[in-house]
Amino acid sequence: MNQRDPVQTFLTEAEDLLTRIEEITLELAPDEAHGDRLNELFRAFHTLKGSGAMFGFDAVAGFTHHIETVLDQVREGRLALSEELISLILRSKDQIKALLEAAQSQEPPPAAAGTEIISQLQTLLPPTGTMQPKAAVPPRAPKPVTADPPRQSYQIHFRPASDLMTSGTNPIALLNELRALGDCRIAADAGRVPPLEQLQPDQCHLAWDISLATNQGLNAIKDVFMFVDGGSEIKIEPVAAPAQNLARPVPAPAARAEMPETSAGPAKAAPAPAGDPLARKVSAKDASVRVPSERLDRLVNLVGELVMNQSRLSQVAALANLPTLAGPVEDLERLVDELRDNVLGIRMMPIGATFSRFKRLVHDLSSELQKEIDLVTEGAETELDKTVLDQLGDPLVHLIRNSIGHGIELPEARVAAGKPRSGTIRLAAAHAGSSVVITITDDGRGLDGEAIRAKAIEKGLIAAGAKLSEREMYELIFRPGFSTAKQVTNVSGRGVGMDVVKRQFEAFRGQIAMTSEPGQGTTLTLTLPLTLAIIDGLLVEIGPDQFIVPMSVVTENVELQRADRDRNNGRNVIAVRGELIPYVRLREAFAISGGEPDVEKIVIARQGEDRVGLVVDRVLGNHQTVIQSLGKFYRQIELVSGATIMGDGRVALILDLGGLVRMAETQRNRTEATPWVPGLDHSISNIRQKTTAPGSLGALNKNTA
Amino acid sequence: MGKTILTADDSASMRQMISFTLRNAGYDVVEAVDGRDALAKLAGSTPHMLITDLNMPNMDGIELIRQVRTLPHCKYMPIVMLTTESQDAKKQAGRAAGASGWIVKPFRGEQLVMVAKKLLP
Repeated sequence: MNQRDPVQTFLTEAEDLLTRIEEITLELAPDEAHGDRLNELFRAFHTLKGSGAMFGFDAVAGFTHHIETVLDQVREGRLALSEELISLILRSKDQIKALLEAAQSQEPPPAAAGTEIISQLQTLLPPTGTMQPKAAVPPRAPKPVTADPPRQSYQIHFRPASDLMTSGTNPIALLNELRALGDCRIAADAGRVPPLEQLQPDQCHLAWDISLATNQGLNAIKDVFMFVDGGSEIKIEPVAAPAQNLARPVPAPAARAEMPETSAGPAKAAPAPAGDPLARKVSAKDASVRVPSERLDRLVNLVGELVMNQSRLSQVAALANLPTLAGPVEDLERLVDELRDNVLGIRMMPIGATFSRFKRLVHDLSSELQKEIDLVTEGAETELDKTVLDQLGDPLVHLIRNSIGHGIELPEARVAAGKPRSGTIRLAAAHAGSSVVITITDDGRGLDGEAIRAKAIEKGLIAAGAKLSEREMYELIFRPGFSTAKQVTNVSGRGVGMDVVKRQFEAFRGQIAMTSEPGQGTTLTLTLPLTLAIIDGLLVEIGPDQFIVPMSVVTENVELQRADRDRNNGRNVIAVRGELIPYVRLREAFAISGGEPDVEKIVIARQGEDRVGLVVDRVLGNHQTVIQSLGKFYRQIELVSGATIMGDGRVALILDLGGLVRMAETQRNRTEATPWVPGLDHSISNIRQKTTAPGSLGALNKNTA
Repeated sequence: MGKTILTADDSASMRQMISFTLRNAGYDVVEAVDGRDALAKLAGSTPHMLITDLNMPNMDGIELIRQVRTLPHCKYMPIVMLTTESQDAKKQAGRAAGASGWIVKPFRGEQLVMVAKKLLP
């Protein structure tokens, strides 16, 4: 039977039904309203209508709808079963039979008789017109094929009715369906999960907020929720394209204004007021504004000036010691702070767009070198100042080229080493305090310590017998003229590699560090400032000079008594809660004359894994620091990364933690009698020479005696 | 291994069409001729899904859904009802009884398969 054509089955079935209809109708007595026979009659017509439409007998379905409507009224007791109706039922039955036969023999259906029966049936219906011209058989034409709707992002809020699961709907399946539509980010809201003792395991207490970017259009999303009824909260709102999609053509507002919000399910959403979609359209359009970046830069510069001015004003107000002035100045300070944060926030952009450039790069290079490489990116949403992002691209390209060229082995070599054929380069970004840390990890062959050493000796960078710590060895890679590639290729090995990269990073206060595990791969860690313009700083004083320590690295301040210092035999370490921390005496580092106070302060700063203490005379407090870069003459000075102009017009240097940590380490290594590496020298005497040289730092510091 | 769908419909042609479509899509199909028959078939087994017509002799679809939801092993089973355009009130009653979804007759085979896939991922 299953192999038979369902249409044939329907015809047989229809014949049986029609016969049954005749039998029942003839048994029906007028005024007999209720009863199984009437129900059976109704069902027979209902099946004829439903199945008729299913199998293409639209004329049958269309006609049967009318008689079904009348019978429904009779069943509900709203219409009496009259002789007239009984004869109409019989005539309808004959008409259906004729329609079926006509359809089989491809003849035109006998429409005239049908129309007459329909009009007579309609005269029987109560004049309310409830069942009036409701489309008997809605056209089942496939949805008009439209061009692919443009890619659009939606914000979807879905709070299912708590009994959703007991109606056989699985919310996870719905979320998976959404996920299949495009780029999808789902956040669960567990805010309404009750305490354990009140928890009903078969109730759904969760809600979800979903960001979805799809080119499937709004209807596809609505279809996901088509069986979710009115008890659930569903909000679907188109959102403006995220920043990284700005390159893409912005979808026409009309496309997203169509049905801006919907609640799926049988309970039809209350029709929105006529003006509403228009209002939404406008707001969606206004949600983002494109501004040339020069304007933003100008705005940031102005805010920088404002911040400087404000700190001068604060200083003046403090000197004036007028309570009436202090209040407004404090308010102004708060407003300026907020303004600064907001303005700098405008320039923040997700790093994802920069990342996506590398997919192509990796693909092209790996095929050129016959390597198999997957690029994995993480944290694409991490935001960075646009000016930092703009400068980041080139050095990153260099580093990734290096990973492809030097790091990842050929597939055969990888298999021989027991690794998967295709290598992986992982590009990850994450926030760490007021910095962004980007790591580039490859699972390639790692750095060859001996090759680096041999090369460095060959190039005369280190002495033949020099002992190097791991970090110092990696430092060599960043020295000019260093390249270990055996082959000069298009990809790497020009010998201008890492030193250039390092300089590029340092130009915007970025730092680069490298770790490697032979045979396992290499990790490059880039630490970048969130912004180049303004930082929170801790203002400290040594003698007459002021310095800024970036607040992001400061962990605590402790006191250094002269007695403590003497006890340590000149080894510059201090115990802070059981941990020995090396410190740098800035007075010595910058060759500042004059005697130190009896009690000095140590600012403890953290740089990655390292902690270092900075010995100063006084800690003055918080300072909004507008960074001014030093000229190229000062580039050699590792201890400072920039300068700022104080409220009273003096210049304060911004300390560079990376340099200070290296200095503290070198110092400690030397006091522990480890042979030190020529050329990696950041010793105090070296710095002193530099800083006191004419035209150097000493000259900049006007107050240096 | 295929998933089993129980379909209840008093119309042989509908049953045939549903079975044919679903079997082609890789499902196993069990047929029932009305609500009472469906309930009897549920007593011995747990299909993955139920597709039921609403107008049936002996026990109609609404009552079937209501009864099925009281069976512990069918509490979370997806139930799809077959309705027609003019049965909005019935659809509401079906929802209230615990139906997961509905298909409006007439429907095409692809629609049926789509709904089955949606509720039986």
